Amino acid sequence: MSTTTTMNIEIKHGRVIDPANGIDAIKDVYIADGHIAAIGQAPAGFRAEHVIDATSLVVSPGLVDLSARLREPGYEYKATLESELDAAVAGGVTSLLCPPDTDPVLDEPGLVEMLVHRARLLNQSHVYPLGALTVGLKGKELTEMAELTEAGCVGFAQAEEPVQDTTVLLRAMQYASTFGYTVWLRPMDPHLGRGGVAHAGPLASRLGLSGVPVISETVALHTVFELMRTTGAKVHICRISSAAGIQLVRAARAEGLPVTCDVSAHHIHLTDNDIGFFDPNARVTPPLRSQRDRDAIRAALIDGAIDAICSDHTPLDEEEKLLPFGEASPGATGLELLLSLAIKWAQDSEASGATLNAAIARITHEAARIAGISAGTLSVGGVADVCVFDPATRWKVAPAALRSQGKHTPFLGYELPGQVRHTIVSGRVAFTR
Amino acid sequence: MYNPQLNKHGELQHLLTLEGLPASIITRILDTAASFVSVSDREVKKVPLMRGKSVFNLFFENSTRTRTTFEIASTRLSADVINLNISASSASKGESLLDTIDNLSAMHADMFVVRHAQSGAPYLIAKHLVETGQDHVHVVNAGDGRHAHPTQGLLDMYTIRHYKKDFHNLTVAIVGDILHSRVARSDIHGLTTLGVPEVRAIGPRTLLPSSLEQMGLRVFNDMNEGLKDVDVIIMLRLQNERMTGALLPSAQEYFKSYGLTPERLALAKPDAIVMHPGPMNRGVEIDSAVADGAQAVILPQVTFGIAVRMAVMSMLASA
Repeated sequence: MSTTTTMNIEIKHGRVIDPANGIDAIKDVYIADGHIAAIGQAPAGFRAEHVIDATSLVVSPGLVDLSARLREPGYEYKATLESELDAAVAGGVTSLLCPPDTDPVLDEPGLVEMLVHRARLLNQSHVYPLGALTVGLKGKELTEMAELTEAGCVGFAQAEEPVQDTTVLLRAMQYASTFGYTVWLRPMDPHLGRGGVAHAGPLASRLGLSGVPVISETVALHTVFELMRTTGAKVHICRISSAAGIQLVRAARAEGLPVTCDVSAHHIHLTDNDIGFFDPNARVTPPLRSQRDRDAIRAALIDGAIDAICSDHTPLDEEEKLLPFGEASPGATGLELLLSLAIKWAQDSEASGATLNAAIARITHEAARIAGISAGTLSVGGVADVCVFDPATRWKVAPAALRSQGKHTPFLGYELPGQVRHTIVSGRVAFTR
Repeated sequence: MYNPQLNKHGELQHLLTLEGLPASIITRILDTAASFVSVSDREVKKVPLMRGKSVFNLFFENSTRTRTTFEIASTRLSADVINLNISASSASKGESLLDTIDNLSAMHADMFVVRHAQSGAPYLIAKHLVETGQDHVHVVNAGDGRHAHPTQGLLDMYTIRHYKKDFHNLTVAIVGDILHSRVARSDIHGLTTLGVPEVRAIGPRTLLPSSLEQMGLRVFNDMNEGLKDVDVIIMLRLQNERMTGALLPSAQEYFKSYGLTPERLALAKPDAIVMHPGPMNRGVEIDSAVADGAQAVILPQVTFGIAVRMAVMSMLASA
């Protein structure tokens, strides 16, 4: 049940994990006027109108997802803002960034204003659009970045359309850096691996699938880092997928380049072998890579070479997925799996030093820091975006268990740890299970 | 491991690939094929094993040769054959692959023989048949993308067995465009499953997929070295569109480096046989003197192909 007004809420007896503030303890959380009023001791005169008993539950900041496609405008037959924001709160996601590959592309301030306005009316999770870096994502002309920022964009991206002309990329990065905007790039060479559908490795060779080689990622990263050295632009690397790519990110960071990096939740757990007998649900971009790459991703999440985990939520309909592997559209539903997949990483990598706190950090304040939004913490005085979840419950991934209109995920049939019980957005209970 | 082409009794339900198929099943197919070879020599070239059954040839990609061999095999088994050239009908009207399958299933198909440009397409069909409870309908992969062409692989195994009797002491070379070849992949799985100790891949690096070694192959870029003392040479067809461009500079240069000439054939064992899945590009991958020479078994391959396809279809129909 959701309510439309804020009220004074007390979340009692929960294990509060707020990595940004170094909190991990059983404490009570007090919410008033849409903000965190206090943690621990009730503020003077506080009277709870709604009490949530969080005994044996975790109380964390609401999740921040760096990539969730909401399919508006243009692809409402695949999903709508209503369905996907419903999925977001069910997944504990209170802030999300949507990439500009809509139809029309988010390259005009009016479109962005409309999207932000529509999202606000629905009064669910906070929606932060990424604007297109170039008009129509065509890689030719720059967009009005300052206007788009005023309209609500928090960064500029090319989604899955690499800029072919390096001069344009150079100019775009120069222009963005003029105003201090972050450029969001998925490292993919425009030519290497074009048309490829699976990681170029033994599995693709065996199954006769055209490959996307790791060098598609590393060649692009070399170019981006060189351009960063020249322009001083801030860049966020989206969906890193390979061990070699991570090495380059590490080196760039060590050198002092202003670069951050995320990975999709799929790539933490799966490899190209999960394609099995041509399972179209395992068709994602970048492609699932080798076990060595996956292990490097897991390790990089521990030492921080990868800052954040995103869902890369991409709702698709049956007609796009019930096709031969190479014709199936890439992508998977993810908003409702993000929390569980982050927890699963912490559990699977516990022996290497992963913790639940680290997992939460990667989907809350680290993501918010990259996006430059004030979210992802339970800081007193901050907006009350909260996720209350049961870390012990396991749930089975099935189409009926998902609110998103996208039902396709390579995790179908998996039993995943962690289930959201309550999601609070701006002090309002937006979801309860 | 789950194998979508076997039923719960371990029998062949569909023929999708030779990968993961037990040697016992492959051998049984070859033995069954041997019993069919003589059928084609009879005056009445028919056996009644599939009388009353409907075989749908679903060719989403054109191939007159393969379609014809399946058609002949079905006819000799007394089945009713319906040829559908889908690339020219439904697909262009926007009907999805699985919609097509549902429609044809409703016409009481017993078997689909599927050719598709996408690797894995027959798996999608087989899975859909299982999910919609149509376990009595069988799928034969007649070539999917670069992935597999299992009946071609089987007829190649049949040919090798016919001439060489035993697989366990052979060296087999596969020459040419392995990267794009479903025939090569099926041959590789067939040969390794049947115990061939040495399978070689020969070709320029642009036409060999990465990780061939992990599939158990010895890789040679030098044709002369690779052909030394081999028992069997399987030549692959070089597609016209790949003869010039970023993969190869020209057909002439390819022939110079990788064309099978009498001189090169002399490097192999004196009784080596030369195979080709057809259609051949004479003067590109193979010299006419070799193609028409005493060691070529290219036409017998075609003859055996009918018997092998009869064997596969009759075994599926009785599963």
